[in-house]
Amino acid sequence: MIPKKMMEVLGIDTVDELFDEIPEKARIDKLRLPDGIDELELEREVMEILAKNRTMDELPTFLGGGVYRHYVPAVVDEVLSRSELYTSYTPYQAEASQGMLQALFEYQSMIAELTGMEAVNSSMYDWSTALGEAALMCHRIRPGKRFLIGRASSPERKAVLRTYLTGIGASIDEIPFEKDSGRIDFQALRAEISDDVFGLYLENPNYFGVLEEGIEEVSSVIGSIPFVVGTNPLSLAVIKPPSEYGADIVIGEGHHLGTRPNFGGPLLGIFATKKEHIRKMPGRIIGMTTDMTGRAAYCMTLQTREQHIRRDKATSNICTNEALMAVAAVAYLASVGKRGLVEMVSANILKAKELAKRISSLKGFEAPLFDSYHFDEFVMRAQVSIEKLSKHLIARGVHGGICLNKDFPELAESMLLAVTELHTGRDFDRLIFELEGGS
Amino acid sequence: MNYRQAAFEEPLIFDLETETSCGDEILEDAPVPEKLRRRCLNLPDLPEREVMKHFVRLSQMNYSVDTGFYPLGSCTMKYNPKLNERIARLHSASLLHPHQDESTVQGALQIMYELEKMLCEIGGVDAVTLQPAAGAHGEFTGMQLVRAYHKDRGEDRREILVPETAHGTNPASAAMVGFDVIELPSKNGRIDCEALKSVAGKNTAAMMLTNPNTLGLFEKDVLEIAGILHDVGALLYYDGANMNAILGRTNPGRMNFDIVHFNLHKTFSTPHGGGGPGAGPVGVKGFLEPYLPVPRIAKHGDYYHLDYDHPKSIGKVRAYYGNFGVLLRAYVYIRSLGGDGLRKASERAVANSNYLRKLLEDRLDLPYPGNRMHEFVLSGDRLKEKGIRTLDFAKRLLDYGVHAPTIYFPLIVSEAMMIEPTETESIQTLDRFVSIVNKILDEDPETVRSAPHNTSVKRIDEVKAARDLILSYRMLLEKRGRSGPVARAP
Repeated sequence: MIPKKMMEVLGIDTVDELFDEIPEKARIDKLRLPDGIDELELEREVMEILAKNRTMDELPTFLGGGVYRHYVPAVVDEVLSRSELYTSYTPYQAEASQGMLQALFEYQSMIAELTGMEAVNSSMYDWSTALGEAALMCHRIRPGKRFLIGRASSPERKAVLRTYLTGIGASIDEIPFEKDSGRIDFQALRAEISDDVFGLYLENPNYFGVLEEGIEEVSSVIGSIPFVVGTNPLSLAVIKPPSEYGADIVIGEGHHLGTRPNFGGPLLGIFATKKEHIRKMPGRIIGMTTDMTGRAAYCMTLQTREQHIRRDKATSNICTNEALMAVAAVAYLASVGKRGLVEMVSANILKAKELAKRISSLKGFEAPLFDSYHFDEFVMRAQVSIEKLSKHLIARGVHGGICLNKDFPELAESMLLAVTELHTGRDFDRLIFELEGGS
Repeated sequence: MNYRQAAFEEPLIFDLETETSCGDEILEDAPVPEKLRRRCLNLPDLPEREVMKHFVRLSQMNYSVDTGFYPLGSCTMKYNPKLNERIARLHSASLLHPHQDESTVQGALQIMYELEKMLCEIGGVDAVTLQPAAGAHGEFTGMQLVRAYHKDRGEDRREILVPETAHGTNPASAAMVGFDVIELPSKNGRIDCEALKSVAGKNTAAMMLTNPNTLGLFEKDVLEIAGILHDVGALLYYDGANMNAILGRTNPGRMNFDIVHFNLHKTFSTPHGGGGPGAGPVGVKGFLEPYLPVPRIAKHGDYYHLDYDHPKSIGKVRAYYGNFGVLLRAYVYIRSLGGDGLRKASERAVANSNYLRKLLEDRLDLPYPGNRMHEFVLSGDRLKEKGIRTLDFAKRLLDYGVHAPTIYFPLIVSEAMMIEPTETESIQTLDRFVSIVNKILDEDPETVRSAPHNTSVKRIDEVKAARDLILSYRMLLEKRGRSGPVARAP
């Protein structure tokens, strides 16, 4: 209901008059949608629909591939419930938004520590679009026609990269992995290096969970070609930062630092680079400065790279990003703490190793498929149809990992299994039991 | 009218004092090969109590929609209903992995399918993708669709037309897909159809337009504009940022747009999150459906299915299916309001906007006088007489506990301030805003020039921020004269 006083000031008799500039032919008289329902009934209805889902709580799940379920400390949920944070927007008026700005600066700082890079933006949509943007940034650093990527990268990310490169008409060439180790084939990499290559992307740990032990050789092979490393930030708690082996850009997925899988979104695209490349970096960046009394203060900076100023010459079109997820990451890393992080990650690596060992003791299974050190994910190969086995597991109340047979036919009937601190001994027992029954 | 924002001199989380610290010895036993092992890690180790206190303090130094009036034009800062939050936090919504077998996520797929259908009705389109993570991402997707459409017809059209008043993401998105951007001048604040006719031709792939435009003016000639573009074989793209003005009154489909993006974090009430997450679904007319990103959500009987079998699809624009957490919130909002509620929302949004316009247009300048829709742009040129600028005026508004409007956009209005009250503000809030504006206009200019005074910090030196770059704690330590990581600042 529009107040009478408002109608008087507007000088109208009916609210329809406010819409009389809409051409007749374009007008509609109503929206053909069901009527609105009250909160109580709506909650009940939506919960009924959602109850048709089988959650990762009900169904022990071994899925990974870039999205993981890690434990979310209660304090992180509390921090994310502060409506002063989640109902705010981009801190255009920095003086009134120091909370969000400082939190994002802390996010940038923590990622800088983990990756060894000096400059981090305050988020991209997810790892896959961060890869797309990283490739475009490589092209700004060094023009060329070909972008090289390790074959042992996520198919989802490869698909998105393809889309992002249509605008510059570049091609993507895959560098194969070694059959036995699952690690990058250096000979193949050497053979692909040429003047028209504008960037290289490798994941470490790679898509199969394999640690790329020889990765410090890469920079001597590629010379001045920009090097993008994609990673799981948790792995950086125990693995040396990519800055130490020649990375120019580091990207990754950060949603599992404090947020749940949410059926694949919202996620958190991590994007970090070296000081010398800052002006070519996409995304919002928070800088530290002072206010006019000399007090420490934070604001968005280097905005001349961005769309609202540079328009079609901007480094990216990104505006709304995943800021709240970045704040979750700070709260997560702070509350788990350095010790908690190292201990948890180390334990997960050993747990994954133990699960692989138990699986390999079953007849007809190889795990891990690759003869390498792994992070907390590994490939298991079966002798039966992996898709049928997967369906069997679900019917028996366990969700296996990602079936790899379609995207990596050379691995035959294989599956990517991920392990986290949330998996119990009982979950392992269930999986082993059902694998045995299914094969 | 007293407002004071909390002002804690809150240290960086790295600098918080704590009883314990953790050395790097714990890294020595990590089960990774020696040559890959990390030697030092500079992350804090804090008790939960300190973490909570830190973030509570930070949140109190952050203005938000829940704090007060937030008339940020073009962003639609409407109230974020809390039922949406409660539902999105349920485990039945959040503990789902995107790679789960379809049979285990039928609830999620149903929500997404129904949301697509509701957006089809709202947008007047035939098919929708929920993949894009933001409006700009939706624009990127739309531009990919334009490219694919023309390529499929054997045409290589290079140009995208964009009004000079367009949001920066429009030309940026077009450029990312490899198009050349041609900016169109306005005439009296609207698209100049004659200028458009002379520019549109065989090389035009599409035009991007928002309606109402960024001045809040309804593009009355929209049907003619669509005609001009379609006559040369080009497409018309709708930037959905201003959809809050038209719900239930018209829709982009009826205005003859071919591709539409929706901003769920604007029109559809999902929270802005301090910068994100958002969601930017894209809708299309039937002839463009084959090009939509995969997977599509299909329904067979009562069963929902992810369908990748679309050979003409542009592929994927992000991993998985969309920002489900955001999509779910928008779904709940639309179901809560219903068709009638959405129509009423637009009515009130437009009424609130014109009410403010009428009460403010005498004391500040309104270029292109006349009716507006859900937002309007004033010029602060008159402030120069008192030696103050729109920027100063915006900072002084903060002192009264309201957020400033969008400033210096669109570029064609000098000293612009774009005001969008949204429908969720009461007449009392609007009256209070008007009296604050009037008060500031009569204040001692020096008070305004030196604003803000009542926020957590005073006017920030943004020039210094860009000149003496400190973008992370490690860069700060370098500036302080220490190299390498330290556990604690001096």
